[in-house]
Amino acid sequence: MSAILVVRDLEKTFGSLVAARDITISVPAEQTVGVIGANGAGKTTFINMITGHLKPSKGSIWFEDREITGKPSREITRLGISRSFQVAQIFPSLTVFENICMAAAIARRAGGVWGNIASPVHSGAATAEAEATIELFQIGRYRDTAANTLPQGVRKLLDIGMAVVGWPRLLLLDEPTSGISIEEKFDLMNVVMSALKARKITVLFVEHDMEIVARFAERVLAFYDGTIIADGTPTETLDDPRVQELISGVRLKPTAARPGHA
Amino acid sequence: MGGRGQLAGGLMFLFAAAAAPLLPDWVVSLVTIAFANALVVLGLVVLWRAGLVSFGQALYYCIGAYAVSLTARWTGFTDAFALVLIGGVAAGLMAVLIGFLLARYREIFFAMLSLALSMILYGVLVKSESLGSTDGFSVATPTFLGYAPHRDALGLALYWLTLGVDAIGAVLVGVYFRSVAGALAAPIRDNEIRVEFLGVSVTSIIHIKVVVAGILGGLGGALAALAIGHVDPNMAYWTTSGGFVFVTILAGAGSVAAAFVGSLVFEAVRSFAFDVMPQLWQMTLGSVLLLTILFLPDGLGSLVARLKRRREAKS
Repeated sequence: MSAILVVRDLEKTFGSLVAARDITISVPAEQTVGVIGANGAGKTTFINMITGHLKPSKGSIWFEDREITGKPSREITRLGISRSFQVAQIFPSLTVFENICMAAAIARRAGGVWGNIASPVHSGAATAEAEATIELFQIGRYRDTAANTLPQGVRKLLDIGMAVVGWPRLLLLDEPTSGISIEEKFDLMNVVMSALKARKITVLFVEHDMEIVARFAERVLAFYDGTIIADGTPTETLDDPRVQELISGVRLKPTAARPGHA
Repeated sequence: MGGRGQLAGGLMFLFAAAAAPLLPDWVVSLVTIAFANALVVLGLVVLWRAGLVSFGQALYYCIGAYAVSLTARWTGFTDAFALVLIGGVAAGLMAVLIGFLLARYREIFFAMLSLALSMILYGVLVKSESLGSTDGFSVATPTFLGYAPHRDALGLALYWLTLGVDAIGAVLVGVYFRSVAGALAAPIRDNEIRVEFLGVSVTSIIHIKVVVAGILGGLGGALAALAIGHVDPNMAYWTTSGGFVFVTILAGAGSVAAAFVGSLVFEAVRSFAFDVMPQLWQMTLGSVLLLTILFLPDGLGSLVARLKRRREAKS
C-alpha cells in the first residue's frame, strides 16, 4: 500500500525550546494510528504542523505525494486533511443539521470569493451529504436540537462529523474521548471508528487512555520529549519498556474485546 | 424566509405599488423615505447577523447621496435608474477599500472604527466650500428614461422607483443569506476558529458583508437624495448612523422583511410623534425602542415567528 502521509526529519523550535525533533514516519492509506505521550511531549505540535497551523523549523511533510510543508491551513484543508478538536468546536446556536450542512456546503463550494457567494448552503448535494453524515455518526435523534444543549458525547460526534462531511482522506483526531465518562468512551470510539472505516479515512488520533489505544489503533506512535520513541503495533509499542516507564506507567495487554469490568 | 414568506412579501410590494395613487401625498413621501432607509437597515442586518454593529453606516448613505447629486450637477445627467446605480456602486467601491481595514476588527472596535470613518467624511464635506459646506446643495430633478414628471407625479415615480429597488434588493439579499458567504453569520458570531478550520477565511467573509452593507447603504442614500431633493453633510453625521442602528434594533435581524417593517414603523412613529408633541418626539421614539427591547428583544420581525409558533402550538 502506498503511503498517504510521509514526514521527514520534522523539527519545531520556539526560541531555545525544542517542541519537536527528528520526526520521521510514513503512514499507509487507511491505517488507524494512535498517538500517545505525556502532556508536552509534542503530540499536538506534530498535528499542528501537519494541518499547517505551525510552520516546521526543519523537515518536510508530504501528503499523497505532494509536499505540503508550510502551506497555509486553509489550503491543506482543501487538499483533504481535516481535524477535530480536544474541546469540540461547533456552532452552538445552530442545530446539529445546520452545523453539518454548513460544513458540507463549505467543503463543496467553488473556489474564490465568488464561490462563497454563489454556492447555496442548502444545495441538494450538501443536504444529502449532511443527512448521510448524521446517520453515519448515529446522531439522528438530535438532528434538530440546538448544538448548545447537546450532551458532551454528541458534541464530540458532531465535531468529528463536521470534519468528515467534506470527505477528507486523512483525519487528525485530537483526544476524541477527552471530557467523556469512562463508561461512554468505548461506545463513542466504536461509532467514530466504524464511521471512519466506512469512509476509508486514514486516521491519526491522540489519546491518553491506553485501553482505547490498544483496542482501536492498528499502530501506535509514542511521543516523548518532542520525538517518537516507539512506533509499531499496539502490542509492540505498549510493551516497550521505555514507553511503560515514561508514558503508560503500567503494563497493559491489548484487549480484543471491550474489557469485562467496564 | 421560505417560499411562502417570499410570496407574501412579493404580494405586499405589489399591493403597496398598486395602492400608491390612492394614498395622500404625505403618506407617499413618508413611505418613500422609510423604504429608502430600509435598504441601509438591511445592510446593518447583514452585519448584525455576524455579531457586527456599524456605527458609521451613514458613510455609505452619504456617499450614495453625494454621488447622485454630484453626477447630476457636473454632467447634467438626470436619469434616476442610472443615478441610483451610480450611488450604489460608488458606496460599494468605498466599502471594498474600507473592508480591507474594517474586516480585521470585531465588536466595539468595528463599531468605533466605522464611526470614525464616517466622521472623516463629515469633516471633509463640512470643509468643502465648493460642495456647499454645511448647507449642502440641492439635487437636480430626476428623469425616468426620458420621462420628466413634476410635483405629485414625481413623488409617485420616486415611490415606485424605491419600491422597485427595494424589491430587487430584498430578493438578492435573500439569495445572499442562503449562500455560504451569507449564511456564515451566526457561525462567525459563534465560533470563528471552527469556520477557519473548515477552510474559510473569516476576514474575507466579513469583507463581503461590509461590501454588501455598503452597496445597500449607497442605494438607500441615492434614493433618499432623489426623494428629499437636497444633500448635506449631516447625512454622514453619527446621529444619522445612530438612527439606522436604532431602526435595526427595532426591526431585529430575523428576516429581510423586518428591515422594511421596522423602517416603516420608525418613520410613522417619528412623524406622528412630531405631529402630536413636537417638543417630546424623541422621548416617544425612545419609549418605543425601550418597550421593544423589553418585550420583543429580537425586534418587530420576531412577532411573525411568535405568531407562527403560537399557531403551531395550538394545532
